[in-house]
Amino acid sequence: MGDYSAEVISHIDRDYVANLLDAGKRIDGRAFNECRNTEIELDVVAAKAEGSALVHLGYTSVIAGVKVLLGEPYGDSPDKGVMMVTAELQPLASPLFELGPPKEPAIELARVVDRGVRESEMIDTKKLCIEPGKKVYMVFADVYPLEYDGNLIDASSLAVAAALHTTKFDEYKWEDGNAVPTGKKLDLPIQNSAVEVTISRIGHHLVIDPSLKEEMVQDCRLTMAIDKDDKLRAMQKGGGSGPLTLDEIEASMTMAIDRAQDLHKLIKETIKARKKK
Amino acid sequence: MSPETKPDFLINPEGLRIDGRRTDEMRPIELKVGALKQADGSASIRQGNTYILAAVYGPRELHPRHLTINDRAYLRCVYRMATFSVPDRKRPAPSRREREISMVIANALKPALFLEDYPRAVVDVFIQVIQADGGTRCAAINAASLALADAGIPMRTLVPAVAVGKAEGKLLVDLGDEEDKYGGGDVPMAMLGTTGEITLLQQDGSFAKEELVEAMGMGVTAMKYILELQKEALKRAYTKKGAIEGEDDEEYEDDMETDLGEAEIAGEEDE
Repeated sequence: MGDYSAEVISHIDRDYVANLLDAGKRIDGRAFNECRNTEIELDVVAAKAEGSALVHLGYTSVIAGVKVLLGEPYGDSPDKGVMMVTAELQPLASPLFELGPPKEPAIELARVVDRGVRESEMIDTKKLCIEPGKKVYMVFADVYPLEYDGNLIDASSLAVAAALHTTKFDEYKWEDGNAVPTGKKLDLPIQNSAVEVTISRIGHHLVIDPSLKEEMVQDCRLTMAIDKDDKLRAMQKGGGSGPLTLDEIEASMTMAIDRAQDLHKLIKETIKARKKK
Repeated sequence: MSPETKPDFLINPEGLRIDGRRTDEMRPIELKVGALKQADGSASIRQGNTYILAAVYGPRELHPRHLTINDRAYLRCVYRMATFSVPDRKRPAPSRREREISMVIANALKPALFLEDYPRAVVDVFIQVIQADGGTRCAAINAASLALADAGIPMRTLVPAVAVGKAEGKLLVDLGDEEDKYGGGDVPMAMLGTTGEITLLQQDGSFAKEELVEAMGMGVTAMKYILELQKEALKRAYTKKGAIEGEDDEEYEDDMETDLGEAEIAGEEDE
């Protein structure tokens, strides 16, 4: 394949990917519903972050770190803590990423991953309240891609979910108008879990977990956040303006739900293996 | 969050430091060349709890163009800390400290490079601090220098770096986070591996002249040691392929022995 140091792709490369798909093949030899090798490493920032995870999705890798701070609640939800996901596309991760303030792709990534966490009600934010209207816990899950070879959303969402599940932070209690540490450590009030799965449409083919080369020729992608009960909690169509038929959307959902089950299992097993250590 | 408290002492009555090291002892260092596949060159460093990734891209076309230097390449270093790398969440926007450190790192590395071979181009060095536990600018230089070599940028030499400091009147090599925060001074330094010329030198805290000279001497000794670690890491990255082929050959010979029935005999002897 060609040079991917710029956001352009030659007609030859585009035809190559499309023709292969017509022959039932993907450029890296995967089946259409086959994901790349997926691994989660926990506690990669064990000394400073309250929770952290490094996810490898093929040659894409993403690190997510969780910080828990004290802050004032928002005016419209005085009895709820704050949960926020941010992401930055550092130029370290790819020749495609440039220095400077976040552009649309970084903003979309952060917001889509954030919506997965928020809409699935992964964290019970009511339990993150120390004193209504005064002090709450603020949970920041920050995403840093390290290597970009396509499908950052799925890798980031998995890293954020794994990091949140394993977060431990200092407990505070309200005493005489002040938040004082109790010396105890708390887990986050996890009440659900959601992972995001992305399906890419190239021509009339649907492929799961697009690699960078596939992303560059795709007509569009559909990302779905799927919770433990196979419920869709958020969706995002992006990655190009190509349309999707209802059949394509339904087929995408089926593919995504299968994959999400595997991912929920992977998170569970990774955490289980960590407890044994 | 994780509220930090000042330790009662930085050096205990037995003369050992807060993490059990002697005064002239470095933290364990783990260097890995080629840690990131998208980059033209990359390296990671773990130095105690400090964990840093460095990626090099280029030489490539420079944007924005007004930064172009006509007779050599522009070396653009960007040192950034992850929000979760420190006890309090760092604000995501680049801080003045990060900008300054980026500049001193560029200056530390520049003399080692043949930038004049690539006029008008840029060599990008992106440094991401994943976990900060003291000595990040020096650890960053150690990794960045390896990443430049990994990218195949022509270099005169590798650049090792270390911070020497002071606590309770004693000079300490390779400061940890607490020693940096609560100690009596910090002297980060870097040098050209071949000539020993110093390319980065900063200092805070209070040192007498003799003390500072002694500190720098300790730094040079430590940097010579780091240089050897860097060389080893490079060799590991670039001899790996050959070594694996070697192993394959051995396996092939083993197979021959199996065919001849010799492996079983050898196995019995081993028992």
